[in-house]
Amino acid sequence: MKISVTRRYRFAASHRLHSPGLSEEENRRAYGKCNNPHGHGHNYVLEVTVTGPVDAATGMIANLGELDPFVEREVVEPFDHKYLNEEIPEFRASVPTTENICREIYLRLRKFPAAQLERIRVEETSKNSFEFCG
Amino acid sequence: MIRVTRKVEFSAAHFYHNPDLSPEENRRVFGKCNNPHGHGHNYVVEVTIAGEPDPVTGMVLDLKELKGILQTEIVDRMDHRHLNYEVPELAGKIPTCENIATVIWQLLLPRITKGRLDRVRLYESPDLFADCTADSANGRARA
Repeated sequence: MKISVTRRYRFAASHRLHSPGLSEEENRRAYGKCNNPHGHGHNYVLEVTVTGPVDAATGMIANLGELDPFVEREVVEPFDHKYLNEEIPEFRASVPTTENICREIYLRLRKFPAAQLERIRVEETSKNSFEFCG
Repeated sequence: MIRVTRKVEFSAAHFYHNPDLSPEENRRVFGKCNNPHGHGHNYVVEVTIAGEPDPVTGMVLDLKELKGILQTEIVDRMDHRHLNYEVPELAGKIPTCENIATVIWQLLLPRITKGRLDRVRLYESPDLFADCTADSANGRARA
């Protein structure tokens, strides 16, 4: 049996889906409404799953007293109420689709020292969710 | 293979305290959860059974039977109880999400005879849950 623990966080952000590798027409076809040059936004929900041995002294895989401030500092504070295309440097070079947001968040959170990052799951809306496990 | 999930809820009190740590260390490690008067949660448990549907009944297992098992093993033991004092399986353990999920997994494992126990997900709140998952999707679950 394998055990993991998952914590949910929230951030609200705007973005625009537009690829410099496509023509204006192709961008409109590929991204539809999401290509609107003025941008739009979502209430994102982020699920962070970590795994590892349960510490006998604390009964925990990871103490939320350590995980919460780490995720807050690495993801929630830089992403919340921001325009992802401009204010997250990595999205100047890649399109801030939720696929790419998952991967970027994974890269930021895999440095968490107290447990092993197993999975990042992002809900863009209550109808769309994306997962990345590295 | 099909996965079938059944949900149950229970409400219980707990607090976190390790007698091997000083009061100061307990407060630092466990924060608000160290309040000796305890606090409580509405826990939600999702139990997932994996298997092939029986060709006659079309079911992996009888959900009425599973409902009865979850009532006996989880709700009757834990609902409206203080997890630090009233659940012998948690004696000597800090009643965290991880430890409660593990106890539930161990209680259910011998009771599931049709299909196999695939996952126990225990929500302490909508924003925090622990998963116990079978080691291999194809192998037998192990304790």
